Amino acid sequence: MNPNVSSRDKRKFVRSTKINPTDPKQRGMPLKKKRGIKVYRILRKYAVYAAIISTLGCVNVAHARDFTIASWGGTFSDSQRKNFFTPFGQEKGMKVLDDTYSGGWALFEAMLKTNTRPWDVVEVESSELARGCEEGLFVKLDWSRIGDRSSFMPQATSECGVGAATSAEVLAWTSKAGGPNLTLKDFFDTTKIPGKRGMRNDPKGGLELALMGDGVDPGDVYKVLGSPGGVDRAFAKLDTIKKDLQWWEAGAQPMEWLESGDVAMSIVYSGRAHAAKTQGRDLNMTWQHSFLFVDQWVIVDGTGNTDSAYDFLRYFATHAKAQADFANEVGYGVPSLEAAKNIDPKVLADLPAGDNVKDSLDSGSTEAVTFWLDNYDDIMARWTAWKAN
Amino acid sequence: MTGRRLEYLAAPLVLFNLVCFVVPILSIIFFAAHSPEFVDVFPDTSRKLNSWDQQTLPSEDVFLTFVQELDKAAQDRTLPDAARRLNYEISGYKSLLSKTGRVAQDLRPPYREAMIGIDQRWADVNYWKVAASASHRYTTLFLLTALDFKKNADGSIAYARQDERVYLATLLRTFWMAFVVTAICVSLAYPIAFLMAGASPIMARVLLALVMIPFWMSLLVRTAAWMVLLQKDGLVNQLLSGLGVIEQPIQLIFNRTAVYLALVHIMLPFAILPIFSAMRSISTDYLRAAASLGARPTRAFVEIYMPQTLPGVAAAALLVFILTIGFYITPALLGGPKDQMISYIIAQFAGQNANWGMAGALALLLIVSVAVITSMASALRMSRSKRAGR
Repeated sequence: MNPNVSSRDKRKFVRSTKINPTDPKQRGMPLKKKRGIKVYRILRKYAVYAAIISTLGCVNVAHARDFTIASWGGTFSDSQRKNFFTPFGQEKGMKVLDDTYSGGWALFEAMLKTNTRPWDVVEVESSELARGCEEGLFVKLDWSRIGDRSSFMPQATSECGVGAATSAEVLAWTSKAGGPNLTLKDFFDTTKIPGKRGMRNDPKGGLELALMGDGVDPGDVYKVLGSPGGVDRAFAKLDTIKKDLQWWEAGAQPMEWLESGDVAMSIVYSGRAHAAKTQGRDLNMTWQHSFLFVDQWVIVDGTGNTDSAYDFLRYFATHAKAQADFANEVGYGVPSLEAAKNIDPKVLADLPAGDNVKDSLDSGSTEAVTFWLDNYDDIMARWTAWKAN
Repeated sequence: MTGRRLEYLAAPLVLFNLVCFVVPILSIIFFAAHSPEFVDVFPDTSRKLNSWDQQTLPSEDVFLTFVQELDKAAQDRTLPDAARRLNYEISGYKSLLSKTGRVAQDLRPPYREAMIGIDQRWADVNYWKVAASASHRYTTLFLLTALDFKKNADGSIAYARQDERVYLATLLRTFWMAFVVTAICVSLAYPIAFLMAGASPIMARVLLALVMIPFWMSLLVRTAAWMVLLQKDGLVNQLLSGLGVIEQPIQLIFNRTAVYLALVHIMLPFAILPIFSAMRSISTDYLRAAASLGARPTRAFVEIYMPQTLPGVAAAALLVFILTIGFYITPALLGGPKDQMISYIIAQFAGQNANWGMAGALALLLIVSVAVITSMASALRMSRSKRAGR
C-alpha cells in the first residue's frame, strides 16, 4: 500500500477490489432490463427443447400397439412362444409380441385407474381371474368362438378364462429322508422323519395343507376353514412343527435345500420336481394331497383386439400336439384332455394333469376363491405376525 | 457463470425430480388417508349414514337408498371396489355385498326385512357402523392399522394383541437392524479408509479398486453368493468342519447373523467412500504441527485428526442408515421370519394386493421416521458446528 495515496483514493482503491460482479449498480446497467433480457434468452432456449421433446412424444403416442400376450417369462414363456405365439402369428400373418407378468393385482389396478391396456391376452392365477372378471376388466367369454368347453379339464374353464397351464404344490423328499411312500402326515411328524420342513411363504396353500395334514378331507377343507375355529385349527397344526419350518418365496429355493440336505421334506412346485427328476437327481414326490393351480388365459377388455384374442384362444384350444410339446418341455400340465393323451406316459406321471390331479385340492374352485377374496388381508396379517413371534 | 444462470441450468433436473419423485411420493401418502371407494359408489347412502345415530339399525329409508345404489353398482360393475373397502374392516363383507348385489333388483319393500332375509348379517349394527365409518372420503383406518391399532366393534381404538402385532414391531425392527448395520459398517470402514488415505498412490488405487469392484456387482448376485457360502453344506461350514472346529454343520443362514453379514458386505463401500474422501482432504500439516507441539501420536489422532473426519463419518452413517432402511431383498433371502424389514410388507401391499391405502400408510410411517431422524442428525451437526465456531 502506497502511504502517499490520499484516503479518498484509498477508498476508491479498496472498493474496486471488492467488486461484486452480479451487482447491477457496479455494471452500470439497470436491474429490470438485465433480468428481462436474460430470462427471455433462457426461456427461448428451453422453449426450443420443449418443442423438440413434445414432438417426439407425439410421434410415440400416434403409434398403435401390436398384439401382445403376457405370461410368466423365462423358459416358460420361451416354450409358449415356440409352440403357440410364433406359429399363431405366422398363421394369422400378424406380429405377436409377448411380455412378462409376475403376478398380483397391482398392474391390473393401474390399468383400470389410468385407462391403459398394454396387453391383449394375459395368463393369470385364479384370484386375479376372479377379481378381473367381477370388475369387468376381463371379457366374459363366448365359448362358441373358442372350442368345445368339455374338451378341457373341469377345473380349467371359467366365465372369463381358458386354462393355460396347470401346476401343483406337492410334497417332495430325498431318499435320505425316507422311502418312496411318505405322506402329508409324515410331513407333520418330525419324530418319524427328523429334519427341517420347507413350505411356501403364503397362507394360501399353507393353511389348506395344514388342515389336510390334520386329517381333513380335501373336499371339506374350505368348509372347515370358513367355519369358526377353522383357521385357528390350521395355525395350531402348523405350530406343531413351527421351529422346523423354513419358508421359501422362489421355486428354486426348496429344490436347493432338498439337494443340499438343508430340509428333509418340502412342499415344492411339481414342475421343478419333474425337472430335477429328469436330470437324474434323487427326489421322491407324491400326488396325494396336492394343491392344484390352474392358470388361465383371459382377454383384456377394451383393447380393440378382442377378435384376434379369440383367434389366439381358439388356436391354443385346438392344437393338442403343441400343448403336449409345451407340457413336455416345461414340466407343467396342460388343461386340454386331448393333449394329455399325446404326452409320453412316463412324463405324464410327473405332470399335474389327468389322473394325478383328480383328487387334488383346486385353488381355483369357487369356494376357494370366495374364501380367500374375503379373508386374505386378515389372514395375511395374522400369518406375518405368527411367523415373527 | 453467474449464480442465476446456474439455477436455470438446474431447472430441468428440478422439474424431473418434482414429477418423477416428489409427486409420486406425495400421492402414495395421499392414498394412506384418501379412501372414497364406498362414498363414490354409494353417495346418497353415505350422506344418510353420516347423520345416523349408530345406536340401532338404520331406518327403512336408508335401506331403500342402499338397495337402489347396490343394484346400480352391481349392474355397472362398480361394486367390487366398495366391497373391498368394507372388507378391510370386517372379513366376509365382500362376499356379503356380492351375494346381496346379485339379487338386489328382485328385492321388494319393506327393504330392511328383505335384506335380513337374504343374510342375517344385515341385522348386525356393527356391519352398518363399518359402512358409516367408510362413508367419508378420508379415513384413519390405514394409519391406525399401520401403527397396530385395531378398531373394536363399538368404535373404540385398542392396541393389537401380542400375537397380532405386525407393523410397528417390524418398523422398530427395521430401525434397529439399520442401526446395527450402520454401527458395524462405520467401525469397519474407518480403519479401511484411514489405510487408503495414508497409502502410497499406487497402493491407494489398488485398495480403491478392491473396494469398488464388489460395489459394481449386482446386489442380488452378492446375496446369492452369501446363500451358497452359508448353507448347511456351504463353504463356511465345510471349512470349519474340515479344520475340525465343529462336528455338525451349524445353522448360519435364515437368521439375523446371515442378514447382518450380507448387509454389512453390501453397505461397506457406501461407508468407506465418504469417510475416505473426508480423510483425503485433511492436510498432514496438522498432525505434524501437533507432533511438533509435543503431542503423542494417540493424542494427536484423537484430538486433531478424528474431529476433522467426523463430518465424513456422519455422512457415511446417514447414507448407510437410510439405504439399509429401504432394503428388503437381502433379509427376504437370507433371513428368517423374525428378520424381515418393513419394505417387504410395503412391497407386498403395493404389488400383490394392490392395497395402496396400507402401502401408503406404512410408507408414510417410514418417511416420517426417517425425516425425524435426519432432522435430529442435522440439528446435531449444526449445533456441533456452532460450538466449533464455524
